[in-house]
Amino acid sequence: MEKINKFIENAGWPRIIIGLFLLALFAAAPFVGVRLDTSISDTLVRVGMNGILVLAMVPMVQSGCGLNFGLPLGIIAGLLGAMTSLEIGIQGSIGFVIAIAIAVPIAAVLGWLYGQLLNKVKGDEMMIATYVGFSSVALMCIAWLMLPYTNPTMIWGYGGSGLRTTISVEGYWLNALSKYIYIQIGEFLYIPVGMFLFFGLVTFLVWAFFRTKTGTAMTAVGSNPEFARASGIDVDKMRTVSVVMSTVLGAVGILVYEQSFGFCQLYMGPFYMAFPAVAAILLGGASVNKATIVNVVVGTFLFQGILTMTPSVINSIMQTDMSEVIRIIVSNGMILYALTRKVKVKR
Amino acid sequence: MSDKKDKLMNFLADCAVPIIFIGLSAAAIPLSGFSATYLVQEMLSRLARNSFLVLSLLIPIIAGMGLNFGMVLGAMAGQIGLILVTDWAVVGWQGILLASIVGMPIAVVLGYICGAVLNRAKGREMVTSYILGFFINGIYQLIVLYCMGNIIPISNPQLVLSRGYGIRNAINLMGIRHTLDNLIPLKIGTIDVPVATFILIAIFCLFIVWFRRTKLGQDMRALGQDMAVADAAGIPVERTRIIAIIISTVLACFGQIIFLQNIGTMNTYNSHDQAGMFAIAAILIGGASVSRATIANVFVGVILFHLMFVVSPMAGKQLIGHAQLGEYFRVFVSYGIIALALVIHAWKRSRDKIEARKNLRGDAK
Repeated sequence: MEKINKFIENAGWPRIIIGLFLLALFAAAPFVGVRLDTSISDTLVRVGMNGILVLAMVPMVQSGCGLNFGLPLGIIAGLLGAMTSLEIGIQGSIGFVIAIAIAVPIAAVLGWLYGQLLNKVKGDEMMIATYVGFSSVALMCIAWLMLPYTNPTMIWGYGGSGLRTTISVEGYWLNALSKYIYIQIGEFLYIPVGMFLFFGLVTFLVWAFFRTKTGTAMTAVGSNPEFARASGIDVDKMRTVSVVMSTVLGAVGILVYEQSFGFCQLYMGPFYMAFPAVAAILLGGASVNKATIVNVVVGTFLFQGILTMTPSVINSIMQTDMSEVIRIIVSNGMILYALTRKVKVKR
Repeated sequence: MSDKKDKLMNFLADCAVPIIFIGLSAAAIPLSGFSATYLVQEMLSRLARNSFLVLSLLIPIIAGMGLNFGMVLGAMAGQIGLILVTDWAVVGWQGILLASIVGMPIAVVLGYICGAVLNRAKGREMVTSYILGFFINGIYQLIVLYCMGNIIPISNPQLVLSRGYGIRNAINLMGIRHTLDNLIPLKIGTIDVPVATFILIAIFCLFIVWFRRTKLGQDMRALGQDMAVADAAGIPVERTRIIAIIISTVLACFGQIIFLQNIGTMNTYNSHDQAGMFAIAAILIGGASVSRATIANVFVGVILFHLMFVVSPMAGKQLIGHAQLGEYFRVFVSYGIIALALVIHAWKRSRDKIEARKNLRGDAK
């Protein structure tokens, strides 16, 4: 009994409720005519797609910059990389590598600027991050119309200028990672091992980084900035490094997402992309000022599991599509829970 | 000498945003090629349409709770009122009154919830109220999309989706359209003036002026200055904060009803989202900050923001030949201005803190 209580305390009620809900969905699936193997494979694909985007939250949370609602900034850098790679037109994995190679420096520069801004507004990072994300997306809407890309699969057919709202990467680097190594069992169960290996590699790099001297310093800044300053750590620099890391991870994350999804969504596409990632990491048990790799993996699995299972299972039971509403309530409810929780602990 | 310079700098810093916008509008108006009468008419009707919503933001700012992104809660309450009134086919100004009466208790409950949640997130009210808006939006959709029509009876088939329950995406508010605006008809030249709406807004402004002088209003101002000191002085902090949010939510509910009676159609699942963003952008453009806002900020803001709103697509088209570009520019401006205002506020606050620390050191050199 004590063990159970301890487990509940460690995991937190919301995570347990959501976990049980997900379990119930998986259990109910075969009875309402939803194939279990398809569901599992869909969930796994989505975990691989979104994992790095969720991972992008970790550095900023650890350095005390709060949840990175400014993720769209990194996503924009990723999209610029993707567009330029498509414009160059090299197919297969090399095209994907080129996209990353272009996206990362752009993300680093944007992240550095963004970090400078966030250093000026300590304490208000989250609200400002949200609006920095929003306004950069709006600014890029103008840029997508004006940038001189010429690849005919990317620009509007009429007028001959301006990028389309959704651009397919098919024929270029669709599934560049997913199909690199994959397991296909039977007709329905498909596991994109290549994508998971890449996710694992990036996750390992982040994990290893937090074991280095800089990483430890960053965690110290997040736990207690005054103390960190007293022990001779450059607080602003650490925060900037963490923001750059978050932004770069966001850029890589969106490219992994796109190679599996098959489409790049421009214009207002990246607008709300920060919210699912934020909700996922919080669902994994992170708080506003502490996040671990385990939080990322657990959270992504739970959140994406719910997103995959609710449309199919709930729809079969109730004959209506409530998945969108459930998604809104679960994800924002999670964020709200995290925002109101910390203060209570502080007392 | 330096004191004078400081004062001038402070004044410029306070008014920087409106000045920039006056400049932008001055450049964009001739480019757009709109006539003066058209612009005056547009501004008058938009002033009537939006002022009430923007005014609802004032009281939480006075109480030191920042911009109330939770005002969308009130807007949702107002919309539920409007849906029911449309279903009951109550038309004219009576319809508007009834919608307000129906919406008000919902707004009070939502406002109470919002206030209670914000009390648990002191110091980050804005981001919390922002997310709360999304969260309640989910519940609003649950109610309107799935409960209305089967659990909550809706008899008018024009409102209900063809599957038998759930409200349609767009609702025609023909019965109450412009009924408040045209209650007291007045025409100057070719320009219609919505007198009754302006009277309501004026009454509301008087209410705010009066309210700030009451005991409760003074308490709120004390809270806005320093929560700890107010608490020590015996002001019930949490209760006062909840009241501030409830007032704001109820007013936003009325504001949304006034807004929609002017528009004439209601976008069931989107209208409230935009209400919050536009209102906040408007008050910030009017020169308000997160901690200080006046009635003048509201009106200046509404006029400047909506001038931008009307003029920029045309100006974009004339300038670059792309109307969509002007539209994106407007979206960028409305988000960018909120970001900028928040940054300036946060920056100023941290600078003030350093300044205060310096003052503690005394005159030693």
